[in-house]
Amino acid sequence: MTPVQNYIDLFKQNRALIDRGSAGALNSARDNALDCLLRYGLPHKGLEEYLHTDVGEWFEPDWGMNLARLDMPVDFAQAFKCSVPNLSTQLYFLANDSFASSETASRNLLPDGVYAGSLKDAALERPEILEKYYGKLADMDKPGIAAINTLFAQDGFMLYVPDGVVVEKPLQLITLLSSKVDLMVNRRILVVLGRCAQAKLLLCDHALAANQYLTAQVTEVFAGEDSALELYDLEETHYANRRASELYINQEADSNVEIDYVTLHNGRTRNTVFSTFAGRGSNLSLNGIATVDKEQHVDNMTFVDHRVSDCTSNELFKYVLDDSASGAFAGKVLVRHGAQHTESQQTNRNICLTRQARMFTQPQLEIYADDVKCSHGATVGQLDDKAMFYMRQRGIPEAEARMMLMQAFVGEVIGRVSLEPLRDRLNRLVEKRFRGELTQCEGCRACR
Amino acid sequence: MLNIENLHAGIDGKEILKGINLQVNAGEVHAIMGPNGSGKSTMSNVLVGHPAYQVTEGSVTFKGKNLLDMPAEDRSHEGLFMSFQYPVEIPGVSMTNFMRTAINEKRKYLGLPPMAPTDFLKYIKEKRDLVKLDAKFMNRSVNEGFSGGEKKRNEIFQMAMLEPSLSILDETDSGLDIDALRIVADGVNRLKSPETSVIVITHYQRLLDYIKPDIVHVLYKGRIIKTAGPELALELEERGYDWVIKEFEDSQK
Repeated sequence: MTPVQNYIDLFKQNRALIDRGSAGALNSARDNALDCLLRYGLPHKGLEEYLHTDVGEWFEPDWGMNLARLDMPVDFAQAFKCSVPNLSTQLYFLANDSFASSETASRNLLPDGVYAGSLKDAALERPEILEKYYGKLADMDKPGIAAINTLFAQDGFMLYVPDGVVVEKPLQLITLLSSKVDLMVNRRILVVLGRCAQAKLLLCDHALAANQYLTAQVTEVFAGEDSALELYDLEETHYANRRASELYINQEADSNVEIDYVTLHNGRTRNTVFSTFAGRGSNLSLNGIATVDKEQHVDNMTFVDHRVSDCTSNELFKYVLDDSASGAFAGKVLVRHGAQHTESQQTNRNICLTRQARMFTQPQLEIYADDVKCSHGATVGQLDDKAMFYMRQRGIPEAEARMMLMQAFVGEVIGRVSLEPLRDRLNRLVEKRFRGELTQCEGCRACR
Repeated sequence: MLNIENLHAGIDGKEILKGINLQVNAGEVHAIMGPNGSGKSTMSNVLVGHPAYQVTEGSVTFKGKNLLDMPAEDRSHEGLFMSFQYPVEIPGVSMTNFMRTAINEKRKYLGLPPMAPTDFLKYIKEKRDLVKLDAKFMNRSVNEGFSGGEKKRNEIFQMAMLEPSLSILDETDSGLDIDALRIVADGVNRLKSPETSVIVITHYQRLLDYIKPDIVHVLYKGRIIKTAGPELALELEERGYDWVIKEFEDSQK
C-alpha cells in the first residue's frame, strides 16, 4: 500500500473525529482536499521540484496524529524564556498543531477589529473571514503538501488586520513540538491584511522533545492594497525533525511584503514559497539563511510570479554547509506578458566548509515582457583564503577568522531584516550556532 | 631582532629563495630591493607564515624564538607585522570589529585582559590621527570601498594599532600618489623607535626618500647579492640593477 493510501484510509476512518476537533471552513475544505490528494499524490523525487528532497519519503512511516485533540501539556514557561529576547512581542503559542491560549496571549492589547489567535476558533467566531480566504491561495492541484495538510488540519493560527489598522507591536507565534511519541503535525496559518493594514509576525519553530516529528505547514498570506507585512520564519528544531512548509502570498497593489527564513537548526527541511503580484506597485523582499552541519538538509524553493507591471522582487538566500550537510535552492521568477517595469533580483550564495558538504542551486528566470530589469546569480564556494590569511597576519587565530568570515557572509542577509531587535538577536544566534554552542534546540535552553 | 640563516623556501615545489642570510637589529631600517621575480614577496610571505609557502632549509629566529614553528597569528602576537602589497577586502567585517578582535587576541596571547571599550575607542582615535584616517572608515567593512591610498594608510593604521617590533612593508609605495606616500611614510617614521625595526621591500628609490634605510640589500634569484649603505639605493635608481647582477655573476665564476 502506498503511503498516500494509508493517509486516505486514516482520513476516511476518522473523518467524524477530525471534524469534531475542528470547525467550519476547515471541515468543508476536506472533500476537495481528498480528491486532490487522490489525484496528485504526495511530492516525490521523480518531480523536478523535489529532485533534491524526497518529501514523499518522509510520509512513509506510520505517523501518529493527534486527531482526537488530546491535550498535550507544554511547558510554556520554559518556552517563554526561549522567545527571541530583547524583543517585546505579543506572544502566541501553538502546541504541535493546536492553538494554546496562555496568560501572555491575550487579545486585549491589539487594536479593535484585529484577530490573532486560534484558526479553529476563528472558523466559529469570524466565519465570514475564513469563507473568503481559507484555502483560496493554497494550491492543491499539484503534488504538494497543501492537500494533505488541508485534509487533516484542525487548527492553527489566524492573523486578521482590518483595513487601515496598524499593529505596531510585533506578534510572535511560537510553535512547539512537544510529545511523548513520534508525531505528525498539520499546522495551518492564515494571514489577512486589509487595505493599508500593517503587521509584523515572527514564527519561531521549536522542538521541545527529542522525538521524531513531521511537520506539514501551510501558510496563506493575503496582503491588501497598500498594506505592509513582515513575516519572519525561524526554525530551530533538531536532527530528528522533518519539516515541509508551503507559503502562499498574494500581493495587491502597492503592498510591501518582507519574508525572511532562517533555518538555524533542523533535521530535514523543505520550504516552498509561491508569491504572486496581483496589483501594481508592490514590493517583495524574500530572504533566507541556512546554517547546517552533520547530516542536516535544507531545501528552499521560491516561485515569484510577476503577473502585473511595476513590481519589484528582491531575493537573497545564503547557506553555510558544514560536515556532510546538504542544501538546495531553486528559485524561479516568472515575468508574465505585460508585466512591464518589473525589477527582479535573485541571488543565492553558498559556502561549503568541507568536501563532503553539498549544495544544489538552480536559479531560473522566465521573462515574457520586454521592458524589465531582471538579474539572477548563484555561487558555491569556500571561505576566502586571502581574507583568512590577512586576518591571521593581524593576529586573529584561524578558528576565529573563520567564524568572523562566516558571520559576515550571512550578515548580509540579516542586514535585510527590518525588525532591528530581531537583527541583533539573529546575529547573536548565528554566532552561537557557528561556535557550536547551539548543538540542538534542547527545549530552547540554548537560546537564553 | 631577526636572524635569517640559509633560508630556502618555495611554493608548489618550486624553490624561490635559495639561501637567504639576513640579520636585522633593533632600531634598524633595512631596504630590500631587486628586480621583478627576485623573491621579494616570497621572502615577506615566508616570514609572516603564509601557509602556501614551504620552507625547505635554514632557520629564522625572531627575538630569540624559532619563528618557523609558529602559526601566522602567533608571529603577529610576537610582534611581526606585514603591510600587504594588496590589502584584502573583507565584506561584512567592520574595521572596528576587526581591530578589536586583533588587539584582544594579542592581549589574550600576552596574558592581558581585553581592552576596555572606552580605552579602545580612545586608542583608535589616537592611531587614526597618525595616518589621517577618517573616523567613517571604522564603521566600514575592512578595505571595502577604500581607494588605493586609503588602503595603504589603513595598513599603517593597523601597524600603529598593533605596535609591532618588526614591520615588513611590502611594496607599500605601489599605487600611491606623492601626498599619500608622504602621509604613509610620515606614519612609519613616527612609529620608529630604538626598539623597533622595519624592512622596506620596494622596487624604487622613491619611498626611501621618505623612509631612510640604514642598510640596503639587493635580492636576485632568491639570494641577497649585495648589501651596502643607503647610497646603494640611489645608485640603483640611477644605474639600474644590471651592474650589480653582473658584478655578482662575475664573482661567481
